[in-house]
Amino acid sequence: MPVPSLPEATALVCIFSILLVPFAGAGLALINTGLGRSRSAAHSMMAALCVISVAAGVYFVCGFAWQGFIGRSAHVFLVGGRPWNWLAAEPFFFRGLQLDASPPSLAAWMQMLCVGLAALIPLGSGADRWRLGAICISTALLAGFIYPLFAHWVWGGGWLAQLGVNYGLGHGFIDVGGAGSIQVLGGLTALAIAWILGPRRGKYSMEGMPTAFPGHNIVFVLFGCLLALVGWIGLNSAGAILFIGAEPGRIVRIAINTTLAAAAATLTAAIITRARFGKPDASLSANGWVSGLVASSAACAFISPAAAVMIGLAAGAMVTFTVELFELRLALDDPGGAISVHAIGGIWGLLALAFFAHFPTSTLNNATSSASSAAGNNSGQCLAQLVGIATLLGFVLPLTYGVNWLLNRVYPQRVAMEGERQGMDLHELGAGAYPEFITHTEEFMQR
Amino acid sequence: MKLAGLLLLVAGWLIAVAAVALFPSVTPRTWFVLTGVAVELLGLALVFHSHLELRKERG
Repeated sequence: MPVPSLPEATALVCIFSILLVPFAGAGLALINTGLGRSRSAAHSMMAALCVISVAAGVYFVCGFAWQGFIGRSAHVFLVGGRPWNWLAAEPFFFRGLQLDASPPSLAAWMQMLCVGLAALIPLGSGADRWRLGAICISTALLAGFIYPLFAHWVWGGGWLAQLGVNYGLGHGFIDVGGAGSIQVLGGLTALAIAWILGPRRGKYSMEGMPTAFPGHNIVFVLFGCLLALVGWIGLNSAGAILFIGAEPGRIVRIAINTTLAAAAATLTAAIITRARFGKPDASLSANGWVSGLVASSAACAFISPAAAVMIGLAAGAMVTFTVELFELRLALDDPGGAISVHAIGGIWGLLALAFFAHFPTSTLNNATSSASSAAGNNSGQCLAQLVGIATLLGFVLPLTYGVNWLLNRVYPQRVAMEGERQGMDLHELGAGAYPEFITHTEEFMQR
Repeated sequence: MKLAGLLLLVAGWLIAVAAVALFPSVTPRTWFVLTGVAVELLGLALVFHSHLELRKERG
């Protein structure tokens, strides 16, 4: 399979789109910080910077070597005479990569940022109790192996992307902007972290009833949402150009769909919370916004604006109910709502692609299309998306849980009780984010 | 119980992947992939249940 090439104008648009991606990271960092407590705010932002740094470094060392790019060298085995491409075989440290505007170099640059984005997601579920050292090691494991492996399967010409060519399943597993590779992977890691760390002290009473710990700065959260929109448009556009061969003109559709999905999800969350609690809930509406962005990522290049609204409506409704389900019924303390927003929203986005997408045959790279599937085989596409989701749940979740569980055995990930009482800022950084304020809390008293 | 749940997750994935590789016709392939996903959901429910049990034990 040949390495796709890009005309100069398309490469320029792609470069501009990749430049927007860090805004998504900034948005997520602000959202995580705002939804956490004031005494852990500096720690949260510091952790976000460390996560992005570690992820970029580790991805440079070995991540890209295992992720690779469509048409480049990879490890392949045969099953029933058909190739199963499961791991890239690139040299470490970006050696063998021409750092120009070629698609592989642009993909390496984009993925260096995307892996940081995926690693930022678990910070939301581990807020107020996850040690900085453990965050860095966990990020290194995610960026060094878990993310590149799955991303290779989806974006590097791996077996999931080839399901269409090899087995006639539509166009193979499609994920334009990383709803699965970035968001669900990050969301499932957030779930594993929430299981391993356990809830914050005082979150649940002896009877198992949860106590509300409201986010300390909702302005951060809402501003983070606006920043995230800019980043998501860049992410979805760059992904469409690099991984499915979309022409630059399609970016208008992508930007409109991304915005509409987020808007519909926010309004749905606001209306549902208004109907249920009497007033619209700002933090759940913000979660709805990000959930809409996440859900739009998989299919944004192939759906109509009306379908984007439908996807957003469902994502916004899902997030309001799943946040409550996880907290009330399943005893999962997820301060940032990362599991509902990224894992559930992402899975919905991947499924929605099969229901709403219309594929112009000229758009898809040869890597994902075949003559038999080009006619638009929706049931085959649905099956390909299901196999991708099954891989996330049945391979990525046990892997990320197992890796983090092992890490927890050798390097406890949860901060000591004294650290939680003091706050992560004072305990781990030695200074608070808001030194002029003193917070008094009673949640450590037995109720 | 958590380990059993995680093993069910992996088993469900293997069923789904094996269905794609082994069945050329659409109907059995679809049913086996759906079965794989159902096994995964069972595994997920088991892991959540074990998490709840653990929380109750620890108070």
